[in-house]
Amino acid sequence: MRTVAVIGGSLAGLSAARALREQDFDGRVVVVGAEDRLPYDRPPLSKEFLAGEIGVDDLALTTDDDAGLDLEWRLGDPAAALDPRGRSVVLASGREIAADGVVLATGARARPFPGERLGGVHTLRTLEDAVELRGDLQAGSRLVVIGAGFIGAEVASTAQKLGVEVTVIESDPLPLGRVLGAELGAACAALHDDNGVRVITGAAVTGISGDTRVREVRLAGDRAVPADVVVAGIGALPNIEWLAGSGVDHDHRGVWTDAEGATNLPQVVAAGDCTFSHCPYAGFERRQEHWTNALQQPAAAVATLLGRSPAGTARRSAPYFWSDQYGARLQFAGHRLPDDEIEILDGDPGSRRFVAGYRRAGELVAVFAMNQPKLFGKWRRQLMPRHATAAS
Amino acid sequence: MILVGRPEDIPLGEAVRVDASADSGVPIAVFNVDGELLAIDDTCTHQDASLADGWLEGCAVECPLHAACFDLRTGMPSGPPAKTPVRTHEVVVADGYVYVRVEAPVVDPVPVQAAAQAEAGFTAAGLTEAARIETAA
Ligand SMILES: Cc1cc2nc3c(=O)[nH]c(=O)nc-3n(C[C@H](O)[C@H](O)[C@H](O)COP(=O)(O)OP(=O)(O)OC[C@H]3O[C@@H](n4cnc5c(N)ncnc54)[C@H](O)[C@@H]3O)c2cc1C
Ligand code: FES
Repeated sequence: MRTVAVIGGSLAGLSAARALREQDFDGRVVVVGAEDRLPYDRPPLSKEFLAGEIGVDDLALTTDDDAGLDLEWRLGDPAAALDPRGRSVVLASGREIAADGVVLATGARARPFPGERLGGVHTLRTLEDAVELRGDLQAGSRLVVIGAGFIGAEVASTAQKLGVEVTVIESDPLPLGRVLGAELGAACAALHDDNGVRVITGAAVTGISGDTRVREVRLAGDRAVPADVVVAGIGALPNIEWLAGSGVDHDHRGVWTDAEGATNLPQVVAAGDCTFSHCPYAGFERRQEHWTNALQQPAAAVATLLGRSPAGTARRSAPYFWSDQYGARLQFAGHRLPDDEIEILDGDPGSRRFVAGYRRAGELVAVFAMNQPKLFGKWRRQLMPRHATAAS
Repeated sequence: MILVGRPEDIPLGEAVRVDASADSGVPIAVFNVDGELLAIDDTCTHQDASLADGWLEGCAVECPLHAACFDLRTGMPSGPPAKTPVRTHEVVVADGYVYVRVEAPVVDPVPVQAAAQAEAGFTAAGLTEAARIETAA
């Protein structure tokens, strides 16, 4: 293999490029990125960066060491087509990159709110999105966040800290109930209440109205919430459209891969938010739109591409993510199913400082913690060996 | 020198955090590795997490937030996401008390105006001129 093209210049793409060198690939590595920037970190975009506490330079993912990796960056020129049989990638500019190996790491984009785009209506995925939103979050203004998922809740928390009057609208009866279960979803929802942020649950948004700028968010049942700014935090869509006709198996959920990042084509692997991968821990295919997955999955994908034995690189550990809201640190590891039983392992949810476990047939399959990073670390380690090997 | 406590306050395989004071400037973490006391800055160099809450593995601590590992003797991170080492500090045990000798306190960087910086464009952080970066623009 002489040339590997890494498509997507963010966390998964950079991690793949580093893994190529770590695994002794000494050919050409070309990293193609749609954005005009070197890789940057997204989690702070809803947290410290949106709050103005850190700047653009703090978001950089690259380090001095990366300069020694001899990577070729093609930035601001997205891949437009993949011809795996011809083994080449065509960029939007028409340029063609011949490659004998391709790593797909195109991530995801924010799901847009349907309808015409009024001023003051935002989604949050890129640095530019965060800068625009920050400009609109003036103290005293009224923000409506559509969707009480993690990004929505983080934006609400940051905006509240900036003196913005915040209302969160959630179509489910309980925020995060589907991710964490009713009991712990309620524990997280309480953080909004604690901080004077109004949450309207079980409410379907029917539209956003205004003239050039947003004026209100309309809800089913002829209700409306006045708004100067709106953030739609309603999920992310994998960037896979450009793969049409490439022969790489994919659908609206992402690029299909096994646990080691292999696609149906031997010279193409995929990693990060653009994938719909077999999760050995859960035992089935799923999308994992989390930072740690985008950091770690590329090493296995690169091993697969280079034909190295995946042993050692394969990910057997429990999936993990965190979220910071209203000064509270939330952490989750493992995989939860709706019927799992919740057990409080330490502390109590009322104190906003606790660890909870999820049990399936008595076995601990997931752990959630609020403001308990140390104990979380201990419990999380109880998960790994048993379940991971059982499911593989 | 900063007073940490009695040696028995730091059990084997555990860590204590000493909150920031005028002397230290920042919080300090002291670990007990097989009876040896090792001190570092408590705050991870990646983002905001307390390393005293981390997982001790041999002579390294794994950050509780994103799992960067730091060598407690050298402060060096073993890989991403941490990019810079944590400071290490000398531990002194005298008259039955544990102290940490901390060099000049670190001054918090002045918060930056995100928007202004973004306008100024993204610097090729960490990458030297040797890197081959092409942009379409
Ligand atoms: C605001 C925000 C907060 C978050 N907070 C957390 C958190 O607290 N905890 C957590 O675990 N996770 C969090 N995440 C999720 C985490 O950031 C993602 O899981 C991670 O960024 C995924 O990395 P990736 O490289 O797979 O994809 P992405 O980061 O989406 O990067 C993909 C890159 O590929 C580029 N691209 C797309 N199409 C093409 C193409 N055709 N050609 C070339 N390039 C292309 C994109 O422009 C982008 O630069 C957050 C995400 C956001 C947006
Ligand atoms: S805060 Fe320590 S690794 Fe990220």
